[in-house]
Amino acid sequence: MTDAVTVPPQTGVTAVIEPPPVGQGGARTRSRKVANARDLLIRSLVPVVLALVAGGVLLAILGRDPFTFYSNVWQGGVQQGSWEDSAMRGAPLLLIGVGLTMIFRANIWNLGYDGQFLVGAALITGLAPRLASSPNVVSLVILFFVAMGAGALWTIIPAFLKARYETNEIITTLMMSFIGVGVANVLVKGPFQDPAVNIPQTKVIPLNHMLPPIPGTRIHVGVLVALAAALLAAYVLKRTSFGLRLHVLGANPRAAAHVGINVKRLIVTAFLVSGALVGAAAAADILGVWGYMRANWNPGYGDTVIPFVFLARLNPLVLIPYIAFFAVLSNGGDLAASNANLSTDFLLVLVALILLFMTVIEYVGRRRDLGGSYLTPGLKNALKAPLFRRKKAAAS
Amino acid sequence: MPPLAQRDRPKLGPAPDQAPAVELLGITKSFPGVLANDNVSLALPQGEVHCLLGENGAGKSTLMGILAGMLQPDGGRIKVNGEETRIDSPRKALDLGIGTVYQHSTLIGPLTVVENLMLGESRGLRLNFAETRRRLEEFGAMLGVEIDPDVKADELALGRQQQIEIIKALWRGSRVLILDEPTSMLTPQAVGELQKVLERLKSTGLAIVFITHKLHEALALGDRITVLRQGRVTGEIPRERVRLSSPEELEAEIVQLMFGESGKPAEEVAELSVRVEGTKHAATTRGEVALELEHATAAGEGSQPGINDVSLALHLGEVLGVAGVDGNGQRALAEVVSGQRRLSHGEVRYLGAPVGKLSVAQREKLGLRYVTDDRLGEGIVASLPVSLNLVLKRIGSAPYWRRGRMHPEAIEQDAKRLIERFDIRTPSSQARAGTLSGGNIQKLLLARELSFESKVVVFHKPTYGLDLKTTRIVREMIGDLRQGRAALLISTDLDELLEVSDRIAVISGGRIVGVVDNGPTAAEQVGRLMIGDVTLGVQETPEPVGQRA
Repeated sequence: MTDAVTVPPQTGVTAVIEPPPVGQGGARTRSRKVANARDLLIRSLVPVVLALVAGGVLLAILGRDPFTFYSNVWQGGVQQGSWEDSAMRGAPLLLIGVGLTMIFRANIWNLGYDGQFLVGAALITGLAPRLASSPNVVSLVILFFVAMGAGALWTIIPAFLKARYETNEIITTLMMSFIGVGVANVLVKGPFQDPAVNIPQTKVIPLNHMLPPIPGTRIHVGVLVALAAALLAAYVLKRTSFGLRLHVLGANPRAAAHVGINVKRLIVTAFLVSGALVGAAAAADILGVWGYMRANWNPGYGDTVIPFVFLARLNPLVLIPYIAFFAVLSNGGDLAASNANLSTDFLLVLVALILLFMTVIEYVGRRRDLGGSYLTPGLKNALKAPLFRRKKAAAS
Repeated sequence: MPPLAQRDRPKLGPAPDQAPAVELLGITKSFPGVLANDNVSLALPQGEVHCLLGENGAGKSTLMGILAGMLQPDGGRIKVNGEETRIDSPRKALDLGIGTVYQHSTLIGPLTVVENLMLGESRGLRLNFAETRRRLEEFGAMLGVEIDPDVKADELALGRQQQIEIIKALWRGSRVLILDEPTSMLTPQAVGELQKVLERLKSTGLAIVFITHKLHEALALGDRITVLRQGRVTGEIPRERVRLSSPEELEAEIVQLMFGESGKPAEEVAELSVRVEGTKHAATTRGEVALELEHATAAGEGSQPGINDVSLALHLGEVLGVAGVDGNGQRALAEVVSGQRRLSHGEVRYLGAPVGKLSVAQREKLGLRYVTDDRLGEGIVASLPVSLNLVLKRIGSAPYWRRGRMHPEAIEQDAKRLIERFDIRTPSSQARAGTLSGGNIQKLLLARELSFESKVVVFHKPTYGLDLKTTRIVREMIGDLRQGRAALLISTDLDELLEVSDRIAVISGGRIVGVVDNGPTAAEQVGRLMIGDVTLGVQETPEPVGQRA
């Protein structure tokens, strides 16, 4: 009926976020929950599987054996203690991912992660040698807070402009990122330059001032910090007033103003939280793995993480396995690629394929009712039919 | 009679013996879960106004959508001039001579009248201004109205815009003109003018379809009335009967057709017959001033005007209506009171205390509420469950949140209570609010705003787009606020204001141009104030506006 109510189409991924559940529903809501969980699983896994398959086909075309390649990835990423390296590789990715998740929930696009990350990293590599006399715990805590503060500080200008003048934060964060990368280089080449060497890099932090390992492993405790951050973020988004305010702002900004949310303050808070988490990623990476910083160093973690943030549907808990997957892929991929005589850039091809299939699945899903399955009715029936036939055959 | 068009010229002149211009036979159309049209047959003879009457959701718009080529029927046949045909696109409908005027303006605001009319021209590369002007003049003469071809569309009054829409619909030589709820945005005077225009068009042999849910309009304008209910034609009253029967007889019959034998209570019938005479409410128990605006001035937003030097006083136990054509500062007025819009000048007082500097949340806590007209756009978050939408204005406050932590049991408990009390039809408290029907979304908003110790409630177009039953419930709730509370009712529906309000202020161009006590002559006074006959406003309200306490 034309006078029937239509839900306005919503922008971006926010529309498919599961709303925070309230109370225990009846059997009906429970079965819907199961269906939702199944849909979420389909939507999240299918692009990854398709990307791996397509990547395999690509390998075969290039004359490499895809099975060898993937088994090499497994060997180099998981087996014989290499899983510990993978875990450490994942820590900064997870922290950045959580930081982006928080602010993307509010439909605000903080794309200045590189600048926020590098400013934080440069500051603590410069500051760490000056704290050498204080006890390790104290210096670590101070350095974490400095990095988080630096990351948060680097979002202040875009946050203020967005809150006060509704300036497009995509442009301002990207510009600030550009400046941040430059500032980090200036710091590394200038005040923080190690006078003992000729190459532009900072002093190396002594080993006993790095993040300690988890007893019994080589993994530094930064990994635990990252996991804790993901769990805490999931709780905040699901169960607190702050999380709900972010959701309302993201889903319907006009409603946010109407129901009395202080939108300006919320925008600034979201930016600060996001920047601080990106800064924490810098601390975990520098203090856990690198110990120093070279000029022009930019690992570009944020760009790598963004596809997974979306694949996880802005859910910090779902993000964890994705980051684990990518950490294994990139860690083991180094070995596999060199064994197969391929550039490590082939791993980026795999990530790009995931993005591509994600878009395809998104498109297919958009044509259906949002929140429903991503499969078209025809495809769904085609997939279901052989299943039913098998069941029937088993029954008869 | 002036020539209508040189090309595609339709057969004009009354010809009652001819075959109907358009005939619908057994049209069926279903949407998922709804049978919108069930075997509907309808004949549209030339030179008649055919009123299509029914509640919201009766299937009127679907039927017209099919006729206009926007929708395809699942079954049934359409005959145009006796020939069976398929209307598979809006363009085909135009080619067949079926023109439609939609409820909301489709004119492009920044373009002039002539430019708007040339938008539909499909032949030739060059725009022919001279020819367009000439034809516009012809049409103006035919309609009996004078139109400046070079004025921008959004500078015209809504009634005038509608006349241009009608010309646009007839531009390519239509035989059938469909008007979808054409009076919903108009002042009473503009409705009168529309009536004259329709009379003239009728005499040229045009078949006119007039869709409405207002009974008195159907009686005043229709040569023939068809009543739709739940997708079916429940009755057709032919031309002779409309002419010969008395209005009371017709009214009783139509009410019967609209609501069936299911024994609709007499009150519904009574409400239906509330016409522009209005109802007098006892305004004797006027309490202390609940809400006061003093020279309130606020900026507009985009093409929506702000308010300028508005002074108004609302007393406890009173419903103060605000009448006006849509887009005259109503939204700014509501948002200034709710706190969503900053005052640039003046003050808002709530129970004597200035609240102009308080935030939306602070005013909400004090009991000052706002039921927005933009239910989907800002009233609810469609992707959140009903239960959370019910407490959306209380995020972070006890008992639903304690120290920032959500307490789902408390939310659930109160949500269930409110759902029951306000009769919100929802599969569960967990259903997404966006899946509810318009009426139930409005009930959700009412539940949210009227609960939690509300004191003064601003309603903005509270029954717009709702069915009759929900409309009645909502109006009752507004009236109930007289028990110790107060309501500011901003509406474009004059009947509603006359039915519910004690006094009616009229807003025009962001200013209050007068306040009228509700009574038998209120409708006319309000109407004159709306079109800018300010002298009358001064006569009727000799005291300065806002100081009538």
